[in-house]
Amino acid sequence: MSVTELEFQAHAVESAPAEAIEGRSQWQLTWRRLLHDRMAIASMIVIALMVLIAIFAPVIASIVGHGPEQAFPNTGTTVSGTPVGPGTNGFVLGTDYIGRDLLVRVVYGARISLFVGILTTAIATVAGVSIGLIAGYFGGFVDTVLARFIDSALAFPFIVLALALAAVFSPSLTIVIGVITFFSWAGISRIVRGQTLSLKEKEYIEAARSLGAGPWRIMFIDILPNLMGPVLVLATLYIPTAVIFEATLSFLGIGIPEPTPSWGSILAEAQTYYQIAWWYVVFPALALLITTLAFNLLGDGIRDAMDPRTERIFAAARARKGRRKKKQGQAAADGSAELAGPSAGTR
Amino acid sequence: MSGTVAHGDAGASAPLAEPDDSVLVRVDNLVKHFPVHSAGMIRRVAGQVQAVDGVSLTVRRGQTLGLVGETGCGKSTLARCIAGLVPVTSGQITFDGHNITNLSRPAMRPFRREIQMIFQDPYGSLNPRRRVGSIIGDPFAVHKTASGAARKKAVQELMERVGLNPEHYNRFPAEFSGGQRQRIGVARALALRPKLIICDEPVSALDVSIQAQVLNLLSDLQSEFGLSYLFIAHDLEVVRHVSDSVAVMYLGRLAETGPGKQVYDQTRHPYTAALLSAAPAADPDAAAQRRRIILTGDVPSPINPPSGCRFHPRCPKAQHLCAQTEPQLEVKAGDPDTHRAACHFPVQEGEMLARVAGRERR
Amino acid sequence: MGIVRFLIRRIFTGLIVLWIVATGTFLLFFTRPVEVVARQLAGRSATPQTIETVIRNLGLNDPIHTQYLRFLNQIVHGNLGFSYYSQVPVKTILAQDLPITASVVIGGLVLWLAVGLTVGVISATKARSTFDRVSTVGVLAGISMPTFVLGELLILAVFVPLNQHGFHWIQTGYSGLSKGFIPWVGHMILPWITLATVQAAVYTRLSRGSLLDTMGEDYIRTARAKGLTERRVIMRHGLRAALTPVVSQLGIDVGALLGGVIVVEQVFSLPGLGYDSVNAIATGNLPVIIGFVIVAAAFVVVANIIVDLAYAGLDPRVRIS
Repeated sequence: MSVTELEFQAHAVESAPAEAIEGRSQWQLTWRRLLHDRMAIASMIVIALMVLIAIFAPVIASIVGHGPEQAFPNTGTTVSGTPVGPGTNGFVLGTDYIGRDLLVRVVYGARISLFVGILTTAIATVAGVSIGLIAGYFGGFVDTVLARFIDSALAFPFIVLALALAAVFSPSLTIVIGVITFFSWAGISRIVRGQTLSLKEKEYIEAARSLGAGPWRIMFIDILPNLMGPVLVLATLYIPTAVIFEATLSFLGIGIPEPTPSWGSILAEAQTYYQIAWWYVVFPALALLITTLAFNLLGDGIRDAMDPRTERIFAAARARKGRRKKKQGQAAADGSAELAGPSAGTR
Repeated sequence: MSGTVAHGDAGASAPLAEPDDSVLVRVDNLVKHFPVHSAGMIRRVAGQVQAVDGVSLTVRRGQTLGLVGETGCGKSTLARCIAGLVPVTSGQITFDGHNITNLSRPAMRPFRREIQMIFQDPYGSLNPRRRVGSIIGDPFAVHKTASGAARKKAVQELMERVGLNPEHYNRFPAEFSGGQRQRIGVARALALRPKLIICDEPVSALDVSIQAQVLNLLSDLQSEFGLSYLFIAHDLEVVRHVSDSVAVMYLGRLAETGPGKQVYDQTRHPYTAALLSAAPAADPDAAAQRRRIILTGDVPSPINPPSGCRFHPRCPKAQHLCAQTEPQLEVKAGDPDTHRAACHFPVQEGEMLARVAGRERR
Repeated sequence: MGIVRFLIRRIFTGLIVLWIVATGTFLLFFTRPVEVVARQLAGRSATPQTIETVIRNLGLNDPIHTQYLRFLNQIVHGNLGFSYYSQVPVKTILAQDLPITASVVIGGLVLWLAVGLTVGVISATKARSTFDRVSTVGVLAGISMPTFVLGELLILAVFVPLNQHGFHWIQTGYSGLSKGFIPWVGHMILPWITLATVQAAVYTRLSRGSLLDTMGEDYIRTARAKGLTERRVIMRHGLRAALTPVVSQLGIDVGALLGGVIVVEQVFSLPGLGYDSVNAIATGNLPVIIGFVIVAAAFVVVANIIVDLAYAGLDPRVRIS
């Protein structure tokens, strides 16, 4: 996820007018707009489903009757020792190379991915927001040092770091979480810093200073509420990045260690078998794609819901289209603007 | 009624002896320069923006000093110096007998309860993401004077006092009109019963009809709570309405100071005269009789102000002396002690520079 | 002259960064117990005496600063050590791998920039048209796709069927340029597409947004009012400003590029730097790892300098200051 383009999006959200009708807060309004967005609702449902699947993974395993690390070499592999396909011998999605139930492994993989994705993003957000706030508000020397630090962290090739760490200490969940968190916080921090720099010039911040409010109070009570919108969008969009990063690390063998299933490691195993076991590649890949797609769509949706200007532009475009079509004697304006989803829009 | 006396000494001469207890704020020779950095790898100071260049004035208890000038004359900077928001380059600010110039944040804190500010932009001066009750309650929270139910009660009382519905405690600023938002700002400033409120163009952004309401509110509050105001504006008629005494600022210096009536009716400084001539007069007959003074030339840059009298390039009365020597702020012939102007060739009685004398009609 | 001073400063900073990286790597690996290291070097069948000899010869029990200085000294002289297992100098391994990785990187870079910028610019000029909507969906799919997944899917969907039907141009593995341009491309094309897709998506969105913002500026309106054709307006005035965030993003993405290369080499069995470094991790082949880390750091530093130069080329304000 590129940081600079997220800056654009954050800027759009921040500068959107703070409309409020009848005492509704920004959040309530955003929520209402979000509920009107079909793509966003769809992605929320998908994410909820994924979370449920992850939570109830043991239940699913017991229903099917296979554990995530249980190998069934007799029923689960062919005579030549290759995985069996979906539907054979009670393996809903087929098996892997030593006869483990692919469905169960994919479902358990969801646990890892979601856990890592959400946890790392949560920590990174807290750290990133704090550091960005401090750097942006205090300015001067503190900012110079922190900004350099943020830039170095951003440009850092993290996979190289992960490789090095995995070489010294063997791969583990802790290393994965550590590396991914360290990778994510800098992007958030940079955007928060930029927003803080511009926010601190606002007159209401000056008013707070004239009241005698100290810097910490101003940062967390006056500036932070104005940041929450962009930060929420950012966090939602960073989760899929974290998920992909974890999968990549596991794929390379420096992520979650065997035998714990991770979508990335399953796909790594699948490399040797793709010619004869398409399911081995397709199902974990699908799981990954659906999850990341859902979070990305949701993030886009939240961002568009926060920025009412997008709506108005669509309304104007639709109205123009309608007039044109009416002129040509066709049916009235279609809702084509909505079909393309929230991701189509001015950004 | 002479409310305030303003000294204009740029030199080392001692200020006139004052009965000190009636003076709330005293500014002595305040200078605020902003350094201009040259572009480049090594930041060198290439010049100074002389925003405030030697201003002395006083505000008396319970009185209003109106500070007038065009945009860029330094009045907002002066206000922020007095409020302690901007560090001062040189000079002294005395509040209630204490020297508050460039105090550290902890040392300044107790004074922040006594000096409050109302800002110009009703849309920018309130945090859009905070509820109004929280905004008004901020002073109580910052200085820990009230919390919980007591704070809420105090806030609602304030809201009522300024003319807002206390039930709107939980609303956001976006739901209020411009005038109402300024009232919120007033409520916030009033919360800790300060002694001085600095009003930085509080009505400039409002519709004229609303302006009157807010000004009346400010006036009521002044009588009720014994407040002193430093009222900054660029509109002379507004200032005339509210001020006991007036100070006119030009390019970082004071041009003329004195009781309102004096400055308006017996204008001495050509700049003041020009400002007055530009202000729309309510009375159409008076307006018809008045001759506009058009000032030539642009407002000079505060980085490189003109030599001698800073107004001389645009002054219709300028002469050789004006470009050479800086005029001091002093009493002109025939004026009371409290009325001073910084001009070598002040406007005389009956001189047809500005307001109507009724004699010359075209 | 500003450029020269700028270059000198950046190279100097770069050297410091390299030094920090080398030191960090050294410290990191220094934590390994001496016997383990010696055993690895001596081989599986080593006797305790052999291990002792190894320890003595390599000075593995020397105080840390001695070893550190020795380490630095070796690096400065271009000696990156020897692979634990094959006794081949690390330098040689690097030299062998470099052309492969370079092919992947350069091809991928060119592809992603070309596609990303073109689609982004066209989308911006035709905002909210069908093209734009389609590209937006494509972008969304692109950024949701992990590189290695795309690689495997491409193999599954393109390579396997094509091969089964006798069409053998597209292959996995590497074929050097010396063996012909066409085979080289055939081996590289899937890796290029894999590497480029995700980044192209990101850059499409980035350049689109940036160009849209720039086009709203006043000076663009002035250019149009002057009567320039829309095309000229964009090419001459709009693009310059719009490209600056893209270039600065490139600097950051260089780091991500390394990760992508490692993944792509794994998926397509290309024996380049990434492939060998992953193997080195798996086998604990320390000198190789250190060598790669330093090369990677050097690459990032150089790339960033180039990016900064490009940025200064685009934005005259940076040059003057």
